[in-house]
Amino acid sequence: MLTIRNLHKRFNESSHDEKIALHDLSLHLNDGDFVTIIGSNGAGKSTLLNCVSGTLQGDGGTIEIARNQVDSLAEHARAKWIGRVFQDPMAGTSPSLTIEENLAVAHARNRKRSWRFATSKTKRDHFRAALEVLHLNLENRLTTKVGTLSGGERQALSLLMATFTNPSLLLLDEHTAALDPARAELITQLTKQLVNDQQLTTLMVTHNMQQAIDLGNRLIMMDQGKIIYEADAETKKQLNVQHLLEEFKKIKGSHALSDRMLLEV
Amino acid sequence: MVGALIGAVEQGLIYGIMALGVYLTFRVLDFPDLTVDGSFVTGAATAAAMIVMGYSPVLATLVAIVVGFVAGVGTGLLHTKGGINPLLSGILMMIALYSINLRIMGWTVENAVGRPNIPLLQSETLFSQYTAWATSLGIPVEISIILFAAVGVTVVKLALDAFLKTEVGLALRATGDNKRMIRSFSGNTSTLTILGLGLSNGLVALSGALIAQYGKFADVGMGIGMIVIGLASVIIGEALFGTKSIVRVTLAVVIGAVIYRLVLAFALRIEFLDTGDMKLLTAAIVVLALIVPGKLGETKKRLARKRLQSKSVTKGGTELVNHS
Repeated sequence: MLTIRNLHKRFNESSHDEKIALHDLSLHLNDGDFVTIIGSNGAGKSTLLNCVSGTLQGDGGTIEIARNQVDSLAEHARAKWIGRVFQDPMAGTSPSLTIEENLAVAHARNRKRSWRFATSKTKRDHFRAALEVLHLNLENRLTTKVGTLSGGERQALSLLMATFTNPSLLLLDEHTAALDPARAELITQLTKQLVNDQQLTTLMVTHNMQQAIDLGNRLIMMDQGKIIYEADAETKKQLNVQHLLEEFKKIKGSHALSDRMLLEV
Repeated sequence: MVGALIGAVEQGLIYGIMALGVYLTFRVLDFPDLTVDGSFVTGAATAAAMIVMGYSPVLATLVAIVVGFVAGVGTGLLHTKGGINPLLSGILMMIALYSINLRIMGWTVENAVGRPNIPLLQSETLFSQYTAWATSLGIPVEISIILFAAVGVTVVKLALDAFLKTEVGLALRATGDNKRMIRSFSGNTSTLTILGLGLSNGLVALSGALIAQYGKFADVGMGIGMIVIGLASVIIGEALFGTKSIVRVTLAVVIGAVIYRLVLAFALRIEFLDTGDMKLLTAAIVVLALIVPGKLGETKKRLARKRLQSKSVTKGGTELVNHS
């Protein structure tokens, strides 16, 4: 569960290229909500995710995750509630660690790390079972260094690791954008499956309108640091790409599409 | 000659502990830590000073480890809390330790503040206690010290291997590997970096404490170039034995340290070279170890390419013949 109230974020403050990235933004996710966020470049989507995760500190407003006020907490301290997958397939895993060691790191996300061995027979069985869900045969390669895996495999592993310990909130930052279409489709399917199985509260940024429509139960559109359109569960079921484009035009005016929207249809 | 070789192996094994410390920062943590030149002497100075003041060599060695750990933590704080660049943090700590080391050794003299060296010729050391015990068991002195050093460095190596496989150890490795990732899994990269630097310099100080007792003196200048020696050991070891797994690399690093000492021992037998040329030799060895493997790889690739080209040429040739 996530509650954002009046979140404000500025870059390059009090210089001539000051930019308001988030403008008084409020958003509430109920338990189990899966919200997809679309918007053109510079709309503030990634900034929003970075403020929630603690990578960036907001300039004003409050953020609550699972009923915990997190504004004063650093990124690593918030991470016990948050699972996160980055756009870069290399970003979510540690290349010189093996697959099982990466999973062990993920396994320790929501508790204090101990001075005991990170892997054990029981844990390994647990890891293997979890990896089977991916259907990438990684369960038989537990001691392979992650640096030798392909981008798609690493992103699938990142996704599994992020959802491994049932986070209160899952943040997906265009996590299929850097993959080829086949791999992107695989990761999209896995996302659907993992989120569904664990009923994870999820916030997903995407450039792909179709993906935003296919996944999740709510959809929001951002522009210039504000939420300009929101579709609830009922509306979203009827939604298609044409609708969304029209909606965007209505709000932004007819010149919207010449505005380098960069949304993939 | 044999005596010189045995001496080189003994020293190599003890310096191997220092090299493991350097491996922990340079490779595992990806932090080029130059504190080593200072913390090595800190270990030597602490142990020597305490031994001269009448403390047991075991206690003196243990305290040396702790003081080295604190020095590493200092470097870590400069970098993580002070935001100072890693190299500069290490250099600052190293230069600060120079004065601190003089002070530590100064404690042994009543009306002096600092002292540049402490001889341990008449004092009980870990080695003198151990050799007395070993001779009483009938182990000859020539091999007893090698045995001691080998067991000691093996214990340290295994402990380091084990630590790097614990949950904290994995987080530390991930910190050197991918900071963004480990933060997203609740890893406090600052704390982990400080811990890694502390452990590394604890090992370096242990090595210094042992070398001081082995050579029967501590000197404020004995740490000069220590980081390069550590790096040489790491690079030589990795080049010869590869980096497949942690267990293998830590072994490689220790063997690298021994090989470095052996190379040095042989080089010093060349007539026109003097002990004062040791640092120049060290630098030359590191330069070679850094350049040669890369160049060898290039040549290999070039040869492979040539072979492939010549193959495709003959293939093309036969095709032409067929066409005609």
